[in-house]
Order: sequence, then structure tokens, then C-alpha cells
Amino acid sequence: MYAFDFERPTTIADAVKALAAADAQALGGGQTLIPTLKQRLAQPSKLVSLTHIAEMRGVCRADDGSVAIGGATPHAVVAKEAASLYPALAKLAGQIGDPAVRSRGTIGGSLANNDPSACYPAAVLASGATIVTNSRRIAADDFFRGMFATALNPGEIIVEVRFPVPEKAAYAKFPQPASRFALTGVFVAKFASGVRVAVTGASEGGVFRWKEAEQALSSNFSAEAVRGLSVSPAGMIGDLHGTPEYRAHLVRVMTARAVQAAA
Amino acid sequence: MPKVSMKVNGKAVSGEVEGRTLLAQFLREGLRLTGTHIGCDTSQCGACVVHMNGVPVKSCAVFALDAEGAEIRTIEGMANADGSLSVIQQAFQDHHALQCGFCTPGMVMSAAALLAENPRPTEAEVRKYLEGNICRCTGCHNIVKAVLAASGQDVAAIAAE
Repeated sequence: MYAFDFERPTTIADAVKALAAADAQALGGGQTLIPTLKQRLAQPSKLVSLTHIAEMRGVCRADDGSVAIGGATPHAVVAKEAASLYPALAKLAGQIGDPAVRSRGTIGGSLANNDPSACYPAAVLASGATIVTNSRRIAADDFFRGMFATALNPGEIIVEVRFPVPEKAAYAKFPQPASRFALTGVFVAKFASGVRVAVTGASEGGVFRWKEAEQALSSNFSAEAVRGLSVSPAGMIGDLHGTPEYRAHLVRVMTARAVQAAA
Repeated sequence: MPKVSMKVNGKAVSGEVEGRTLLAQFLREGLRLTGTHIGCDTSQCGACVVHMNGVPVKSCAVFALDAEGAEIRTIEGMANADGSLSVIQQAFQDHHALQCGFCTPGMVMSAAALLAENPRPTEAEVRKYLEGNICRCTGCHNIVKAVLAASGQDVAAIAAE
């Protein structure tokens, strides 16, 4: 690693101030950033650790009925504390990485990084969650801007994520066994207003909504409804773990499994 | 250089570190607690697992400065007060759960975290929990047996299934 300064603010205001420095970088749980720094793929002047900000940790039900999760809340805490509030989300959090990774990795860090194979983006997009930063609220539909790209401005911090709780929901993940990222993962959420389906791990554009399946499932919420649908392999990720055709196929299979699990 | 203070195995410690100093480096080089091993240094193998405020973390993927004020437990803090092996450590010895021993500190720390959370895990739960710890010698089978034995279960019966 290249050398850098390290700051450990305890309030959001101090963190925003610290991040105003040139080439400063926010640090969540570090489960992606630290390996990246070790490979010298990044050279920040300063790391601003967000895990000591008490107001950014924890899970609760907000006044509007949504589930609010602090941006610096580790996956293991979400898995435990969201279990009764939003079981599908808690289950997703409990499947990220391995236990030691879940102790450190945070929801805000995962979303800000927007890895195309990360699990959380699927839950956020399918739930139609709102990303609350230190300066504004961003709808999930406007937040994800392609592989490793988001609507966040430099120095902007994810303070909280608010999830509307669906009537029914489930996440079906086909894990890549070595990395434990999603080779393809599908989060299905059924609201009174309709069904939302978000797919991670499959597309070169990162997480996306499968609109065709949403339509089919909104009129018939059963695995049968997506049986006849197909996804084009164009733009799907191809690597040694799977071809674009394989991932396109998995999108339908995992959607059907998620619907089955939710029903 | 910034100073960091924490509690390691019940003892208050402090030292000067760089921003980039990892918790694993602080433990090994700063405190000379070399029981915590660095295997892959890419947070894949789990040889460096320690407990931080009661939960397992990969100490090669935590900055020392982020452990300010934390309670850390390493493999050096696992034996009983009289120096005898803890139940988990003894089970590892009894069931030949190590060959070269490099992954063992991390395995024992992860196993202890599992049993604290789930005192009587099934074989599948043990295998699932230990997926972030890699052993290149034993094929993991005897490690799973040792963890089940440490939880007070009849390993002979489980192995026969």
C-alpha cells in the first residue's frame, strides 16, 4: 500500500469536512477497498473511516413504515436486526461473503462501490429503496449508473438506506463458490402497486431491472409466469465462471426461484 | 505517527502505527503476537481471523487505527488460564484437525465465534460458517469433526451418517 493519512471522525459533519481534502477517500468496512489498496490500484491522500460514526449505524423502522439502515451498518448486524422487519433483506445480508467479511463490510460501502456482482444493489433496486446521503435523497432507480458507478458526488456519504417493505420478497443467489459474490442473483419484491425484479451479477452494466418479468409477475405472481421469458445474452458478463448465455439463462432460473421462495 | 490503543487478550496495549498499518501487522510486528498468521493477505484465506469486540474479523483487512478502543482476542488468548488447551484447541488435537498448522489459528478463532453464536451446529452449519477459512492440508473434514466434537456432539455417529 502507498502511505496515506487516516482520519476517524465520529460525526457525519466531521466526515464530510475530512472528505473535502484532495484525493480523500471514504472507508466503510474496507473489505473491498483494503485489498484494492494493497494492490496499489488506488492512491488516496487520506482515508476517512466511517465506522466510528454512531449515528450511521443500526437498523430501525422509520415513521413512514420503511426499514432504515445506517450506512455504516455491517452485514452481520443487518442479518440479525432486520430479520423481523424485512426478512428477505436480512437473509440476503447473511449470505454476503463469509462471517468475518460480514462483521466488517457495510451496506453503504457496498452500495457506493456498486460492484456488478454485489448482492445489496439487487435488494435496493428491487425494493425501490431511497439512498439518503449527507446532502440529499436519491431514488434507487437513479442511483446505479453502471459497473462501479453511482450518482454519488465526490465526498458524498451514504448516511442511511430506507427500504419500503414489500408484501412478499425473496433473493435467490447463485454464488460463485470461490468469491461468494453472485454469479447471478435476483431479488423479487411484490408490492400492492406491482412487482419489481432486480438482477445482479449478470450484466456488464451492473444491477438492472428485468421489466419483462416485472410485467408478467405483476399479473401472475408465480414461477410459471416467467417460464416462457428469456433474456438476451447481449451485454451479459462473460468470464471463466460463465458465458453471457449461461448468465442470461440464470437470470430466468433465479427469478423463478426467488418467486417460489417469496410466494 | 498516530498512536493506537486497544485491549488485546484482556491487556491494554498501545503503539505507534502508520495509517496503512493493518491490525494483523500491529499484532504480529508491534506486539509480537505471531500466532495470528497472514496467509493470502487478500482476505480470502482466513488465517488471520481474530475477534474484534466479540465478532470474527480478518485482521489483514482491518486497519490498526480502526481498532482504536476495541477488545481484540487472538489465538494467544484462547488457552485456559492454567495454560491448558481450550476445549476447541483440544478437539483440534484429538481429531487431527491440523497438519501444517498454518490455517489453525484462524480456524480456531472462527470455530470459537461459531460456537458462541450457535452452541450445537449441524455439520452443514459448521462447513458453511468456515467457508472463509481455507485449509490446504486436511480437506477440512477433520476440522469439521473437531468443531462438532468441541460442541459436545458425538462425532463418531455423525461421521457414520
